[in-house]
Amino acid sequence: MNPVMPPPVRRLTVEPDPIATAHRPAVAEPPTNVSERMRIENVSLAYGERWVVREVTLPVRQGEVLALIGASGSGKTTLLRSLNRLTEVTDGASRAGRIALDGQDVDELEVTALRRRIAMVFQQPNPFPMSVFENVAYALREERRGARRARGRRGRRELEPAVIEALARAGLYEEVKADLDHPALRLSGGQQQRLCIARALAVKPEVLLLDEPCSALDPISTATIEELIVGLRESVAIVIVTHNLQQAFRVADHVAFMHLGELIEYGPSEQIFDRPREQRTREYISGAFG
Amino acid sequence: MASAPQLAAPAPLAPPSGRRARGQDSISSWPLMDRAGYVACWAAGLLLCALAAVIVGVMLVKGISYLRPSLLVQSPKPSPGQSGSGGFLDPIEGTLLLTAIGIALAAPTGVAVAVWLAEYRRPVGLARAVESGVEMIAGVPSVVLAFFGLLMFARPALAFLSQTSAGGAVYGRSFFAAGAMMSLLALPLVVAATREGLTQIPAQMREASYALGKTRATTIRRVLLPSIRPSIASGATLGMGRIIGDTAIVVILLGSSLRLEGAGGAPVLSTLRGTGGTLTSYVFENSPAGEGNAPQKAYAAAFVLLMMVLALNMAVARLSRGRR
Repeated sequence: MNPVMPPPVRRLTVEPDPIATAHRPAVAEPPTNVSERMRIENVSLAYGERWVVREVTLPVRQGEVLALIGASGSGKTTLLRSLNRLTEVTDGASRAGRIALDGQDVDELEVTALRRRIAMVFQQPNPFPMSVFENVAYALREERRGARRARGRRGRRELEPAVIEALARAGLYEEVKADLDHPALRLSGGQQQRLCIARALAVKPEVLLLDEPCSALDPISTATIEELIVGLRESVAIVIVTHNLQQAFRVADHVAFMHLGELIEYGPSEQIFDRPREQRTREYISGAFG
Repeated sequence: MASAPQLAAPAPLAPPSGRRARGQDSISSWPLMDRAGYVACWAAGLLLCALAAVIVGVMLVKGISYLRPSLLVQSPKPSPGQSGSGGFLDPIEGTLLLTAIGIALAAPTGVAVAVWLAEYRRPVGLARAVESGVEMIAGVPSVVLAFFGLLMFARPALAFLSQTSAGGAVYGRSFFAAGAMMSLLALPLVVAATREGLTQIPAQMREASYALGKTRATTIRRVLLPSIRPSIASGATLGMGRIIGDTAIVVILLGSSLRLEGAGGAPVLSTLRGTGGTLTSYVFENSPAGEGNAPQKAYAAAFVLLMMVLALNMAVARLSRGRR
């Protein structure tokens, strides 16, 4: 099938934005200690009869940030949601292919256990309508299956160190330490999103999925969160979906470009942005569509 | 840069003048039927307002003029004259007790039904059947519920919930029986309010919880239900209003007795298995239509009843405001 001819291309290669580069000191050196944590093999996803992701194969590595870029409807969010099997809560969604976490098929893992190992942060900050402390503590309280052995939840004193550690990792603790019992919904948008990151980090995940985490935020909050992402990549494998090419350039070590459900190109960030091999990548990067 | 001259340009649209806006809308230009309809709507609204004011006003004046603090703390006594007939402490207690039983049964059941309808809905056919069932219960007149309840609770198998006569016949009238039927009045209101609250929670709240490795049950218990507490409370409060105001179930299933008549045995259980009355049945019995023949006491009791319901309405309004 021949795709529709693209419109005349505006040649507009992305110059590395001086502000963006200045803002990304950590990435100047290539990441160390990179190891593969997840493998996506020939994964296809459909909603009902409609395929939205086709035969994607990608590695997810700890020690680096993988950015999924592409126009709206390219299937990048769906692919991201399939990694922690969150697509399963959507009616009519189905998947083919294999996703492995540390060599083990995710379908063989108990889904709640899987989601504690692969945490996720969403596009809109979505703290629960409870206190800042409780938002993080909620993540820490374990599911107790079957047995009613442990009556009574883990107490505040017991959870406090872990809550504080998670808030500190998300760079939020200093700002909220006096307001831990205030409702989370009173925080600013950027703080709410960092609270969501803290909540996700609280369970010590191996992989962190970020679905356009900054799209609802102002530039300053965005910068804070981007720094946070780059800082976290040593301890957790990160996959970020973003519409924002500048952002992908700033935070990602590897970039996967998707178009209409297919993986068009995957490679190191510099290569994708400076020397894309595929015509469609070049057009997307240069702003011909998107 | 290009936007600077545009900013300097005068605002293109001057706000329409008040005269013109009114002129367009002036009812003198409307067709006769529209004008008549408009006036009828106005009149109906005003009439209703006036009616509400008269009801509250008359009850206020009459009620306050006959209300004595002593009425609230004395038990009613059978007496041919008004002066010796005591107060209405027992009916107040009856109202509170019956409301408590009714809502204690309706609230958990209603929340459970709403959670299942809003969050699980499997199988879909059964969910539709449950929805129709709830709607049907909401539509059944309370006197029919009362009559049905009497048939049910007078069965020997349920004798432990009421009293049994010397001849072995089960009365079927008790706080248990009336409370159970009252809960059916409140149930649809609790279900509707809880469902409404749940459907207004954005899907991403649930997904955020699932993404933390929480099960659906934990998500419902720890995130969804706590966040719709105001909705549940306003549904329950509306339900309590229905229970407080109902008379048919009290007359048929509670016995509409003057005092709370225990069934004997353990103190609380005795009252729950026994018969009694509420403010509604007290007003009914003491109004000129009833047999108590103490209209002044009926006014005073009606006033107390009205105040209770108004207080509940205000609570509902406050809770719904808090929700927004």
